[in-house]
Amino acid sequence: MTPQDQPIERHTISVLVDNEPGVLARVIGLFSGRGYNIESLTVAEVDIERRRSRITLVTSGTRMIVEQIKAQLARLVPIHKVSDLTDQGPAVERELALVKVTTDSNRDNRIESLRIADIFRARVVDSTVNSFTFEVTGSSGKLDAFIGLMRPLGLSDIARTGVAAMARGHKGLLQLD
Amino acid sequence: MSERKLTGAQLLLRALRDQGVDVIFGYPGGAVLPIYDAIFGQNAIRHILVRHEQAAVHAAEGYARSTGRVGVVLVTSGPGSTNAVTGLTDALMDSIPVVCITGQVPTHLIGNDAFQECDTTGITRPCTKHNYLVKDVNAVARTVHEAFYVARSGRPGPVVIDMPKDVQFAEGDYVSPEDVVHRTYKPQTHPHKDAVAAAVEVIAHAKKPIFYTGGGVINAGPGACRLLRELVRLSGYPCTSTLMGLGAFPAGDPHFLGMVGMHGTYESNLAMYNCDVMVNIGARFDDRVTGKLSEFSPNSVKVHVDIDPSSINKNVRVDHAIIGDAGITMAEMLEAWKMRGYQPDREALAAWWAEINAWRARDCLRFHQDMAPDAVIKPQYAIKRLAELTAEHKDVYITTEVGQHQMWAAQFIPFSEPHRWMTSGGLGTMGYGLPAAMGVQIAHPDALVIDVAGESSIMMNIQELSTIAQYRLPVKVFITNNQWMGMVRQWQELLHGERYSESYMESLPDFVKLAESFGATGLRATKVSEVDDTIREMMSIEGPVIVDMHVDRKENCFPMIPGGAAHYDMILGPDDRGEQRTSEEGMVLV
Ligand SMILES: Cc1ncc(C[n+]2csc(CCOP(=O)(O)OP(=O)(O)O)c2C)c(N)n1
Ligand SMILES: [Mg+2]
Repeated sequence: MTPQDQPIERHTISVLVDNEPGVLARVIGLFSGRGYNIESLTVAEVDIERRRSRITLVTSGTRMIVEQIKAQLARLVPIHKVSDLTDQGPAVERELALVKVTTDSNRDNRIESLRIADIFRARVVDSTVNSFTFEVTGSSGKLDAFIGLMRPLGLSDIARTGVAAMARGHKGLLQLD
Repeated sequence: MSERKLTGAQLLLRALRDQGVDVIFGYPGGAVLPIYDAIFGQNAIRHILVRHEQAAVHAAEGYARSTGRVGVVLVTSGPGSTNAVTGLTDALMDSIPVVCITGQVPTHLIGNDAFQECDTTGITRPCTKHNYLVKDVNAVARTVHEAFYVARSGRPGPVVIDMPKDVQFAEGDYVSPEDVVHRTYKPQTHPHKDAVAAAVEVIAHAKKPIFYTGGGVINAGPGACRLLRELVRLSGYPCTSTLMGLGAFPAGDPHFLGMVGMHGTYESNLAMYNCDVMVNIGARFDDRVTGKLSEFSPNSVKVHVDIDPSSINKNVRVDHAIIGDAGITMAEMLEAWKMRGYQPDREALAAWWAEINAWRARDCLRFHQDMAPDAVIKPQYAIKRLAELTAEHKDVYITTEVGQHQMWAAQFIPFSEPHRWMTSGGLGTMGYGLPAAMGVQIAHPDALVIDVAGESSIMMNIQELSTIAQYRLPVKVFITNNQWMGMVRQWQELLHGERYSESYMESLPDFVKLAESFGATGLRATKVSEVDDTIREMMSIEGPVIVDMHVDRKENCFPMIPGGAAHYDMILGPDDRGEQRTSEEGMVLV
């Protein structure tokens, strides 16, 4: 089997970086410059004292490409740790979305959207006489399903955070170095 | 700890000095004037004024490659730093340690499209190993120390330090190199013992082995090159090298098969194709080496030693990956080999060598030089004689430009030591050789430094003749003048139906007069009987010389593996191109 014929895998990778100017540009530039996919990327400072940020990214490619991505990330100078959550066994992956449904005065749609929200354990964070804004968290797939159900009811806006993820078990990325 | 406050510019120079820097290649401008002021007020570091910032970086590369030390560059903001980009990219591709200091507009003007502002860290991010924008004068010294550490550690590369002008003026505290420890960057130099043991077991049991060595061995230092020799001697295995690795193993040794790859030898490429165990040490399975990937050495078990984990399994899947410094790893391989008391399979090896010697007998670098006194000079002959006549000189360094002459230099000049061969491999930068030769000559004032050049390439940084004149650098420029961009012409002939689009070099200068106008000596040879005398005369002249060797214009460089072809699909010479072998898929490859 040539490398090109390998199946495409989807991987969630956590990267612990020094929160210094340009570090996100380095990561993104690496992906664009080498033609890798980014399906989702989130970043925020997680260790204020030591000024470290965690970047969580979801990418896809053949096994060889995914290994390349991790090796390329690891050799960026301000990077502490690259951790492939997909490879390391079970991980918790969560995404948050804000979803606006503009129902106008359609009562049925209003009731239906609340019913679905209930099933998905979404919360209403804003409402007007002709709209609701829901907050929903879960796996990306759950969010996709929620959004799909809201579409015919007057879906008018979506904001998604991208995936935040963490390995299950007692070991933490921050302790590891 | 802290003594008298220093300005940012002074802190920079002090840090450079503490890093052992003795020379900077640079070009001034508004945004680095405080640094030039500080240079003016000291004697420890010499500044070499180039004539173009690209040349400053290539000179620093030449300095670095011929010494194993970090080369240092200083340029101004805006055009100064954009001009340096080609050199930085070149250093990145060839893993050459360079620290480049760029001036920047004052901090408060950054982002305002100020005069001579450019986003230097943004522009150079993809063409450096790492870069810094120093906004705090107290971070200057630490940043310099970190930059040197990053540039020379692991897989070496260029590092940029962008210094706003106000930071150069501001006063701050110094920190010594010993007080700076890098938080994140700690490349693995010591290989895993188990990985070494497993690889050595495979290597020791090989029947058709080959060592495939690259620039990583040279970067690992002279000690690593000695270990490679020991490994080859102990095993009796054949050894080939990439363009970047020439000199790590002595070309004159019978175990050496010559260079591998697109213009490598027949025996090297066929040995790579047919081997059962390939031991890659410090090379990166570059496309110039592998040719058609799906047919690259299909039946071998592959061992890959590299200090950069991202080089492993990038192009070619390997069976035994060893992350580590080439020297340290080879030392451990030797130890494991001896400890286990391995004996190479003599019988299998003899059969393998018989096969290799049959390929060798094809004499793939053969060319025909008509020796009638007026005969046209073959470029191969000119370069071969250059190698032979300079062989007596004990201290020869060769740089090249890019094109056919570069490949002929690689094929015909035998290197027996590392650090003697400076060529632009990864980027293939025309204009590299002359400034690189300057850098080599600065580092080795008494050496014979020769830039093997093409007439087209030499025009790309010809302004450096002025630098050469200013510092009385006795650099020799050896032009194989075929009046064509020969390598382009060759591809057009072989792959594009002989449509010679824009590859002819018209309106060339009179190189003899050009040399004279810069206070150098110009020599010309136009027929074969003049070759030796011209080379001897070149060597006898103390100052800089340009040799204008008029060579056969239509000569092509062979052997050649056309883009996208497999190793066995080599064109050996002009009479060996009956079939049109290059597939369309191959054509799109460069
Ligand atoms: C900066 C740059 N531009 C273009 C090229 C593409 N290129 C590769 S070889 C070559 C021709 C080189 O001609 P010359 O220096 O005369 O060498 P020759 O091949 O004739 O020996 C060109 C244009 C390059 N390598 N570098
Ligand atoms: Mg030419």
